Amino acid sequence: MIERKDKIMDKAIKRYFPVFVLPTLLAFTMGFIAPFIVGVWLSFCKFTTINDATFIGFGNYTKVWTDGSFVHALWYTTLFTIVSVVFINFFAFAAALLLTKKIKGTNIFRTVFFMPNLIGGIILGYVWSLLLNGLLLPFEKTLTYSSVYGFWGLVILMCWQQIGYMMIIYIAGIQNIPGDLVEAAKIDGANGWQILKNVTLPMVMPSITICTFLTLTNGFKLFDQNLALTNGEPSKMSEMLALNIFSTFYGRAGWEGVGQAKAVIFFVLVGIIAVTQNVLTRRKEVQQ
Amino acid sequence: MGKRRQQKNMIMTLVFSVLSVLWLCPIALVVINSFKKKAYISRRPFAIPTDKMFVGLDNYINGIEKTGLIEAFGWTLFITIGSVLVIILCTSMCAWYICRVKNAFTSIFYYLCLFSMIVPFQMVMFPLSKIVNMLHLNTPWGLIIVYLGFGAGLSVFMFTGFVKSIPLEIEEAAMIDGCTPIHTFFDVVLPIMKPTCVTVAILQTMWIWNDYLLPYLNLDMKRFKTVPIAIQYLRGGYGSIDMGAMMGVLVLAIIPIIVFYLFCQKYIIEGVVAGAVKG
Repeated sequence: MIERKDKIMDKAIKRYFPVFVLPTLLAFTMGFIAPFIVGVWLSFCKFTTINDATFIGFGNYTKVWTDGSFVHALWYTTLFTIVSVVFINFFAFAAALLLTKKIKGTNIFRTVFFMPNLIGGIILGYVWSLLLNGLLLPFEKTLTYSSVYGFWGLVILMCWQQIGYMMIIYIAGIQNIPGDLVEAAKIDGANGWQILKNVTLPMVMPSITICTFLTLTNGFKLFDQNLALTNGEPSKMSEMLALNIFSTFYGRAGWEGVGQAKAVIFFVLVGIIAVTQNVLTRRKEVQQ
Repeated sequence: MGKRRQQKNMIMTLVFSVLSVLWLCPIALVVINSFKKKAYISRRPFAIPTDKMFVGLDNYINGIEKTGLIEAFGWTLFITIGSVLVIILCTSMCAWYICRVKNAFTSIFYYLCLFSMIVPFQMVMFPLSKIVNMLHLNTPWGLIIVYLGFGAGLSVFMFTGFVKSIPLEIEEAAMIDGCTPIHTFFDVVLPIMKPTCVTVAILQTMWIWNDYLLPYLNLDMKRFKTVPIAIQYLRGGYGSIDMGAMMGVLVLAIIPIIVFYLFCQKYIIEGVVAGAVKG
């Protein structure tokens, strides 16, 4: 009986395919599926526009590795991502722990810390270039003096932008821990550190996974902040992957194919991170 | 014990108060410098603008004129609101259909949506901009369709996650009472989905309002600019920046965001948490 009712509904809805699905499907095909397929194909071609593309096999991919700027950007991005993931998550978690301890004014602090996250990357880049260049002024240096300055400038910027966001997620995770669990640990004589290690940390593991993933992909795909803060200066040394791909495409005539090949490699790297993350999360869920 | 604890809390409140003030410093610094004469901004960024340095609203006026900020603001507002409304309407309908009609096509479509979430924009940016040009979608109206296409993945994913939790009986009852699927969706399903709509709206607004690269590559920039494009436009061809105009524009760009944030704070923070947990 239930099955029959399902079928009736199924059939009734099915006829409305053009209304329910078609608009999204068309836009999705135009905005994602088609460009993706064309993009993969173009990475094997030499071209300046889509119409003059000629197939050249793996030529673009070998050229990617001879272009030193890409390898540099890859390491620079990886290092930046690791450092920013550690910093952001550490401070966000610490702040969340303290702010869930019934301190006066928690709501105001939360509001203030979260706010930078809403401001776009381009704006943030220029705000921080003013501040950091100002701080470097007495030493007669600027952010673009060497890639090390740009690196730490970006780390500070990203911490400022994302600590609030991650803190909110951690706070939600900590507040979800049942109170009696902490009570029980206290009665058993656990001290603050032991509670943190054996109760809080395992219980907020889902939040930690989410935040690690978000900061990881945000760091890896960073573009706007990089563009506005240093624009890759000095001479591409502070250029991250996304900006490197962009400047290969639009700053270097005849290298469009190489740019597209870089983009495919970039996509594969981001994909590997996402899939690994997913597998790890699944495994943990099974254990719990 | 009570007293010691109270003392500890007082100290924490103090520490966090100082931190909060520090947290706002970068923005305060931009506001201070927006009233300073161009030449002094880079040389004395931490000085309070006094008589010699003070220029009143010159930087703001100059910035607006140079970048066309007011117009850019209008277009950004139009694109953001239009895209978010279209995305919510189209993807919620689509997600419901995908959940209720099970066949090979809908499951492939669902997995494609998941897949699109991990693809970085750089992967599709060049072909997308060519396709957009070919179809003459390089206007704010066209951009709404582009955002629907590129933003569909996340929204469909979040809506399907919610639809799966709606008991079928409610819809069945409506359908047996003679409702068409369209009525069922708008009168029964959509109202239940309201919290998810808010979450999706907030996540998409935060993305689209601040997005730089997609409009930069796809808009006909001789006619239309968005706020991030207008700001980036101030960086001249050789990296020279009119710092005065820049400060004015930055302040003007930040004000609406903060106002919006203060009014919708509760929804934004809830939406972010809900979005993070599901995404």
